Amino acid sequence: MTALRLTVDGAERHLDVDTRTTLLDALRERLEVTSPKKGCDHGQCGSCTVLLDGRRSLSCLTLAVAQDGAEVVTAAGLGSPDALHPVQQAFLDHDGYQCGYCTPGQVCSAVGMLAEAAQGHPSHATDDLEADPELTDAEVRERMSGNLCRCGAYAGILAAVQQAAGAARAEERA
Amino acid sequence: MSTAEPITPRAVGAGHARVDGPLKVTGHALYAVEHGSDEGVTDPLTAWVVGAPVARGRVVRVDAAEALAHAGVVAVLDHETAPRLTETGDAELAILQDDRVHFRGQVVALVLAETSEAAREGARLVRVHVAEEAHVADLDEGVDAGEAYAPEQANAGHETDWADGDLEAARGAASVVVDQTYATPHEHNNPMEPHAAAAHWDGERLTLWDSTQGVHPVAGTLAPLLGLDQERVRVRAPYVGGGFGSKGLPHPPEVAAALAALSQPGRWVRLAITRQQVFSLTGYRTQTRSRVRLSAEPDGRLLAVEHDALSQTSRAKEFVEQTATAARMMYAAPARRTTHRVVPLDVAVPSWMRAPGEMPGMFAHEVAMDELAVACGVDPVDLRVRNEPDRDPETGKPWNDRRLVECLQRGAERFGWAGRPAEPRATVDGDWLVGTGVAAATYPTLWNPDNAARIESRAGGRYAVGIGAVDIGTGARTVLRQVAADALGVDVEAVDLALGDTSLPMATVAGGSAGTASWGTAIVQAAQQFRADHGPDPAPGLHTVSTTEGYPDTEGHALHSFGAVFAEVRVDRWTGEPRCTRLHGTYSVGRVVNPVLARSQLHGGLVMGLSAALHEDGVRDPRFGHTVTQDLATYHVAAHADVPPDLSAEWLEESDLLATPFGGRGVGEIGIVGTAAAIANAAWHATGVRVRDLPATPATFVGGVRG
Repeated sequence: MTALRLTVDGAERHLDVDTRTTLLDALRERLEVTSPKKGCDHGQCGSCTVLLDGRRSLSCLTLAVAQDGAEVVTAAGLGSPDALHPVQQAFLDHDGYQCGYCTPGQVCSAVGMLAEAAQGHPSHATDDLEADPELTDAEVRERMSGNLCRCGAYAGILAAVQQAAGAARAEERA
Repeated sequence: MSTAEPITPRAVGAGHARVDGPLKVTGHALYAVEHGSDEGVTDPLTAWVVGAPVARGRVVRVDAAEALAHAGVVAVLDHETAPRLTETGDAELAILQDDRVHFRGQVVALVLAETSEAAREGARLVRVHVAEEAHVADLDEGVDAGEAYAPEQANAGHETDWADGDLEAARGAASVVVDQTYATPHEHNNPMEPHAAAAHWDGERLTLWDSTQGVHPVAGTLAPLLGLDQERVRVRAPYVGGGFGSKGLPHPPEVAAALAALSQPGRWVRLAITRQQVFSLTGYRTQTRSRVRLSAEPDGRLLAVEHDALSQTSRAKEFVEQTATAARMMYAAPARRTTHRVVPLDVAVPSWMRAPGEMPGMFAHEVAMDELAVACGVDPVDLRVRNEPDRDPETGKPWNDRRLVECLQRGAERFGWAGRPAEPRATVDGDWLVGTGVAAATYPTLWNPDNAARIESRAGGRYAVGIGAVDIGTGARTVLRQVAADALGVDVEAVDLALGDTSLPMATVAGGSAGTASWGTAIVQAAQQFRADHGPDPAPGLHTVSTTEGYPDTEGHALHSFGAVFAEVRVDRWTGEPRCTRLHGTYSVGRVVNPVLARSQLHGGLVMGLSAALHEDGVRDPRFGHTVTQDLATYHVAAHADVPPDLSAEWLEESDLLATPFGGRGVGEIGIVGTAAAIANAAWHATGVRVRDLPATPATFVGGVRG
């Protein structure tokens, strides 16, 4: 067992973990932070996406002991049912979910992706690698493709992400 | 009161947002194994499934010594040490009761440990010694061995074979014949939440937090298996991470969780199977082969429809995909013949997957119709209009309100079908060959009796409505509240709806596109009975419980939904890569209770149909009997980038009071029906390559598109 300190959704948490424990299992099974979901445990579905030190990350693919001192933000830390994050509100506005299981991961992924785009990171769908990427629908679909949704709520998710991206741009201009 | 009366829609038809949305987007909605200390699930054990290492044989010995020596492992259950089941007739569910291995991956041991890490490692350390026997896991091998047989019936009670008219005469009179074989692969439901349950046995009662499409059906199945009265089994499923049929019937994970709990009285046990185990323990859509023979007049009018469907099942338990049933009612023809044959193999048990029967059957039938349209030189939309039956060919009953022709015509207008070139390879856009295709969709109006609802008056003009239904993502929690509000004549805000718990009145499965119809009818009837019992202004604390016996007019009419799907496909002329770039469906599904949620359901069906058309392929290795593509990297389901930029669904304004007292039918399944055919037909139009095997991949086209 290894002692570990994490900041999870703003709260400092201390725990002892098995060195085999993934960050996802540490959150779900040790800390009862079940907002990140386990859909495949192999980094193939995106349901476990959290913001790890500010960047989107698959929490099933990192060992907890490798993240001592890290800051973890889950969808539960981005907003609460009474005070939703703009991305979460956008998911509601566009019915960008059905069963809700992939949803916290989609939300974290969208928040992380919008930050990446704002920082100028290109994607496979970017034509000009030198220019600031414009978040076209094709860009959003490409950048969100690590998050599977078997309910097929992709059209709503796309609209939600574009709404949030538009709001972020408007804020930037203002 | 024996049946519900039609209600006046006010909330029904409005686009209320999902009531559980804020909980879902923040991750506060709790799924099966996520229930924790707040709900008394403290210090739980983790159970891990050990799967059979061979496809057929006997377990000689389960050597658990090494596993038990691993720190944290508490127990290993095998067929000799697991608690005994009272009923063992269902070989899929009767796990750990004897030494038989029916398929690779079958549950042959359960490891219980203090942590998931110890449980998983313990499972790795269990040595399963087996006496392997020769197995057959390949459809053709089974066919060649003469093992195909005619089952007593197909899924959902459909007749195995059904024929009508003078087939020989019709064949003889035909001047155009399409006679082809169409194939669909093993397809796996893969809801995002793998099957999971937390179970607790206190010596008297079994309690489950389950991931299921029906809490009462689970309790009703587990209780006799365990030799318990059903009142001693409580199942709750407030949130379920999708199902698509795979959580419609109880499967081994639930039995495993129950056995694990029985072996550890007083202790919670959590069991969440891995994504890999989902492929062998939770059902799947069997591969199908359909020989479709259409005999027609020169103008495309059908003289005979023949559909011979072949599929495989598991020797452990029979499941027969009802692939040929849509051919019995879809189009007018004086003669018809439909058959189902099935081959038993030493493989995992197939089961329900979204629109069992209609999905693979309509792929075959609707591609055949496209081939007939080409053979006759008739527009594919016109061909279908030309073969419209004025009553149900199968039962001879009048339709409730068959509006397929309107769906085709409205969809064609919306999609921009007019002016489409008849010949393939007519449109090229850079490196892309571009084509369009159409297919019809249908789904029967199913309805389950024996649903019950409880209505109770509360202070301040509020009402508590309870029914043991489950919201697997369909939006039941939202739409049933709308139905209840209208049935009681109050605002939706005045209705407190409870569901997902066997302590609530009996509800049937969330499946067959019958959930909203069956549960909603029960709520309407209970609300109307409540008003009859207690009047319009009841004192708080009065209640009524009522069970539905019947509503839909299945005696007098044939009740079905219909739709028309249009697709645009682009195929790269050098690599053969197919992309679906436009996808549209127009549907006739009765009154839509909630347009926001119904659109999402239809979109979801279209996306899953696209996924089947271009991606999903459960590849089995016949040497070992397992699915090779048993994860979400190798079994690709449609991702964001695969979904057409232009995806749309619409419906006809209508109300079907023959089906339900609120006029709606169901929308869960019809979106997947016909979609793969529309895409396959569009791919032919783009390339001239006829798609008769799913999925269509670059390999399908690369030889045919060059130049």
